[in-house]
Amino acid sequence: MKTREDKIYNFFGHLVMVVLTLLAVVPILLMFISSLTDNDALVKNGYSFFPEKWSVYAYEWIFASNSATILRAYGISIVLTVLGTVLSLLITMCLAYGLSKKELPGRGVLTFLVFFTMLFNGGLVPTYINYTNVFHIKDTFWGLLVPGLLMNAFNVLLMKSYFVTGVPGEIMEAAYIDGADEFKIMWKIAIPLSKPIIATVAMFAAIAYWNDWNNGYIYLVKRTDLFSIQNLLNRLMQSIQALTQNTSGLSQAGEGLAKIPSSTVRMAMAAIGILPIMVIYPFIQKNFVKGITLGGVKG
Amino acid sequence: MAKTLAAAPKKKMTWKRFKRFLPIYALMLPGLIYLFINNYMPLPGLMIAFKKYNAGKGIYGSDWVGFKNFEYLFTTDDAWVITRNTIAYNLAFIVVNTVLAIAVAIILSELDGKIKKLYQSAILLPNLISTVIIGYLVFAFFSVENGFINNTILPLLGKEAVGWYSEAKYWPFILIFVSAWRSVGYNCIIYLATLMGFDKSFYESAKIDGATRWQQIQYITLPLLKPTVIMLTLMAIGRIFYSDFGLFYQVPMNQGALYATTNTIDTYVYRGLLQMGNISMSAAAGVYQSFIGFILVLGANLIVRKIDRDSALI
Repeated sequence: MKTREDKIYNFFGHLVMVVLTLLAVVPILLMFISSLTDNDALVKNGYSFFPEKWSVYAYEWIFASNSATILRAYGISIVLTVLGTVLSLLITMCLAYGLSKKELPGRGVLTFLVFFTMLFNGGLVPTYINYTNVFHIKDTFWGLLVPGLLMNAFNVLLMKSYFVTGVPGEIMEAAYIDGADEFKIMWKIAIPLSKPIIATVAMFAAIAYWNDWNNGYIYLVKRTDLFSIQNLLNRLMQSIQALTQNTSGLSQAGEGLAKIPSSTVRMAMAAIGILPIMVIYPFIQKNFVKGITLGGVKG
Repeated sequence: MAKTLAAAPKKKMTWKRFKRFLPIYALMLPGLIYLFINNYMPLPGLMIAFKKYNAGKGIYGSDWVGFKNFEYLFTTDDAWVITRNTIAYNLAFIVVNTVLAIAVAIILSELDGKIKKLYQSAILLPNLISTVIIGYLVFAFFSVENGFINNTILPLLGKEAVGWYSEAKYWPFILIFVSAWRSVGYNCIIYLATLMGFDKSFYESAKIDGATRWQQIQYITLPLLKPTVIMLTLMAIGRIFYSDFGLFYQVPMNQGALYATTNTIDTYVYRGLLQMGNISMSAAAGVYQSFIGFILVLGANLIVRKIDRDSALI
């Protein structure tokens, strides 16, 4: 039974949510529409939701002259995301599994060592010097993969408490007595019973890798051919010429520059960068919400 | 954590026990090595803050200068500006984002089924977008020549175009708005999950007693949410000395004219290290952040632990 009050409440509830939904989506929409606007119309009227003239020239231009640069950046982003997610998930699971063993000697100390990294952090300067002077990851693919992203203590502890509460110790003990080794117990018992948390950690790792621009920005100085799509986008914002420098010689650059529909190309590139997220989002949406609730209160 | 540790029986380490656990240590090794490399190995490098760094001499060979770097840092305006910006923005984010998230969670909790999911998906979307692309989206609105605001909104209001990327005074509003835009969907899910767990019978008896919706929110929902709000706020206060580098660096496009309102400790450290080449100063600011950040995280967690042991990190 709906009272008058319920109806009013519902009406305003929907009204507020419709406004918020529009606010969330409208900037992305503006980006897509701008990328499909004729460059001259855009220069005349600015970025607009109702372009005077539509055009796919920005995309044509990008793919005609720079498909190699973009495809490579895309490829690097994909390899980085897949490799980063798999590696980070593996080492997180293994460490968390060990820490979940109550009778493990040294468990307290090890847990503290993991935990302490959340309390105290050396920060950018010592980390940068360590990675560049000791490990020489500057201008290598490792620079994208390793620093700060590969594993974090929060995920380890989150997964550890899931193993402790979600996987009955008796089952693992029984399997051990039956002669199963630790690898088998982890792989066949602990992991299948912990799918929700594993899916969550994997998803957040994948999103972090796909969206990361920071590592490339810091560690890739000369090797712009190792740029991920985010790094390419970042460089492009600073100068539209970044696209042409990679493909054509200097003599052609000046000539090419005049023809670049730069205002629309910017937005078309951003659209290309955002596309994978938009395509995948409907499929991961449910898990994403679950994952936030799983890890959210502590995060 | 301490509880489970105490519960573990102390046994003598024998070869047999060690052999039993050897495979587990082997499993843990890659993770421990990574933490060592990523988090522990850099720590001695903190000493750069107390040295006059000379790349040729390296970290260990450079000359000690005591607290000179800190003295220089704190005699400049920079120290004050970056501290103020970092803390003030975080406080603003805590207040604005918490209030919005709770309001949206309460509204969502009373709407029905399918459309609710749609709203939720939409407001969560900005959370998935990289800061670089957020920079592009902001640029589409605020670009001086082509921006939507200068070309469409301001002319409609009969106002002159504004040089957004050269006037610092506008950026507190823009950044607070962008932060809310990006995080409200995420935060509201945490509150929504808490809300959904409340005992429905409170609301039913309140309805029978004739309580209005507003009264139900005021006297049931908000008091029940209080522990969650306190907890999340304390956690956020623990992180008040850290800022989102992407938001403050990428969104204002690293424009020098905007530093007064966009420079935070994190952007300062970055620029000192990689753009100005002022490593010692940058390291001093980093140490300042690490230590005060440590005290704040620790303090916040101890308080959280007093209130609710399970929610605390330690």
